Amino acid sequence: MKLLTSIVGLAAIALTLQQPASAQGGRGAAPAVFPTGKPGAPFDPTGYWVSLITNNWRFRMVPPAKGDYAGIPISMAGKKAADAWDPTQDEATGNQCKHYGAASIMYQPTRLHITWQDDTTLRVDTDAGTQTRLFQFGKPAATPGKRTWQGNSVAIWEARRANNQEKSARSLKVTTTSMLAGYLRKNGVPYGDSAVLTEYYDLFQERDGTTMMFVTAVVQDPVYLEQRYIVISHFRKEPDGSKWDPTPCSARW
Amino acid sequence: MMRTLCAAAFAFVVAGYVGFAQVNNEVPEGVELSGNWVSRNNTEFNTNLHRAYDFLGMPLNDAAKAWALSHSEEQASEPERQCAFYTSTYFPFGFAPLPMWKETELRTGSTVAWVVGGWLDVVPMVIWMDGRPHPSAYAPHSASGFTTGVWENDVLTTYTTHMIANLLHRRGPHSDLATMTLRFSRHADILSLTGRIDDPVYLSEPLYVSREWQFSSVPVNRSAVPCTVAYEGVREGTVPHYLPGQNPFVEETTKLWGIPLEAVQGGAETIYPEYRKKLRDKYVRPEKCVANASELAAGGCGGPGRVAPVIN
Repeated sequence: MKLLTSIVGLAAIALTLQQPASAQGGRGAAPAVFPTGKPGAPFDPTGYWVSLITNNWRFRMVPPAKGDYAGIPISMAGKKAADAWDPTQDEATGNQCKHYGAASIMYQPTRLHITWQDDTTLRVDTDAGTQTRLFQFGKPAATPGKRTWQGNSVAIWEARRANNQEKSARSLKVTTTSMLAGYLRKNGVPYGDSAVLTEYYDLFQERDGTTMMFVTAVVQDPVYLEQRYIVISHFRKEPDGSKWDPTPCSARW
Repeated sequence: MMRTLCAAAFAFVVAGYVGFAQVNNEVPEGVELSGNWVSRNNTEFNTNLHRAYDFLGMPLNDAAKAWALSHSEEQASEPERQCAFYTSTYFPFGFAPLPMWKETELRTGSTVAWVVGGWLDVVPMVIWMDGRPHPSAYAPHSASGFTTGVWENDVLTTYTTHMIANLLHRRGPHSDLATMTLRFSRHADILSLTGRIDDPVYLSEPLYVSREWQFSSVPVNRSAVPCTVAYEGVREGTVPHYLPGQNPFVEETTKLWGIPLEAVQGGAETIYPEYRKKLRDKYVRPEKCVANASELAAGGCGGPGRVAPVIN
């Protein structure tokens, strides 16, 4: 009889295990408060990263010809601005960094150095153009202020599905506004100062131990684009900063 | 009596654990990939597709470069190859739409497989989610290959083996030893599809490829017309090719865009930022955008209205 009791007990445990996790929590359970910034990081984005230019090579590795807008949903206003592109003028006015703003810097051939500046600020340095981006966690929506090439970036750890409390299931979402007008492409295809950049950062571990980071960038510009412009950058983690090679902005190369 | 009761209880416990294991294959609630995904065409729009010799950004090894010099696109018109279909490596390059759905076990509702629907010249890809192993290395290969998938923190990660030797990006080669890892990562109405293709025969390091997709409530036209063989200018039994030094398209990309041939041929070195230093003195930026006849027909250098919106 004792044996029978034990077996029935085991069966009861098995039945309990079959209940989905959501049912165990029960309806009306208080949603967990998810930590933000560094304490809430579901993955470690810090370190040195190198971009792998395996798509759109001819637009990224070399400055394409004037008037080459292929793949960009450029508007008439955007075309007019791109057709007026003059790198000499950019150099004369100190605007050599127009192609190194937030909306295009991550798509460049570059290395990244990512660090936590403090618990709520993720810092991204690029060696292409020697730029610095600051992703601010826990801040309210950006308030209009002085525009810069890198703008004002607000970051959150975002779940892909509603009500998911799993820390590991989050990706980094960064929304950037208050950018100075710049170029999506080195040949003067523009984005305006009202553009909004939304980025999603995903990290993955490969079977061979390689760590990859994919950045999906979505640019919305009511003036120079007919619709959203979306591209994905690939970055591979590097063991150290031995190949870090800061270079200044260039309007021509 | 006691023995029967014990056996019944034991079977119940085992069944319980088996059931629990099946539950683990269920789709996490809220991450829905079913539906029609349309390529945005912001990446590689009107680029490599329209030139017969363009391997920019592909880490091809010497064997692949030799293959590319001898390859003629007219092979696709051979009666024997017209209905051969592209392999699953075709999907991440974004040439075809992604109609996706899941096949479920009728009683439990657990997901047995995800399916990426086929297209005009692409076979469907079945992604097995039920934990089955990949076949033996000596098992038959096919255009679709054999694909398994797992949920990796709400991202569907798939692994494909057993593909027949075929084309990579419609231009380069991949062998029957090639493998592919895909990641379907959804962000609101955007699907980021990133892929890694390994090939010990033709790639000197993994090729990473990605495309951006947008959800569409309008069913995509899968052009699912059965393939029929017709005469396309190549007689049965012949294999169009180029002998060494006779490929007429080798210089085309260099003439159009001023990009040196060493970069056009591809290679691992060409995908890294430091390669720009080698290019700087060799690249000649064209004064204006130019395109060949095939590119012009597809929109040339782009412009307003050239990137079709996704209809919802």
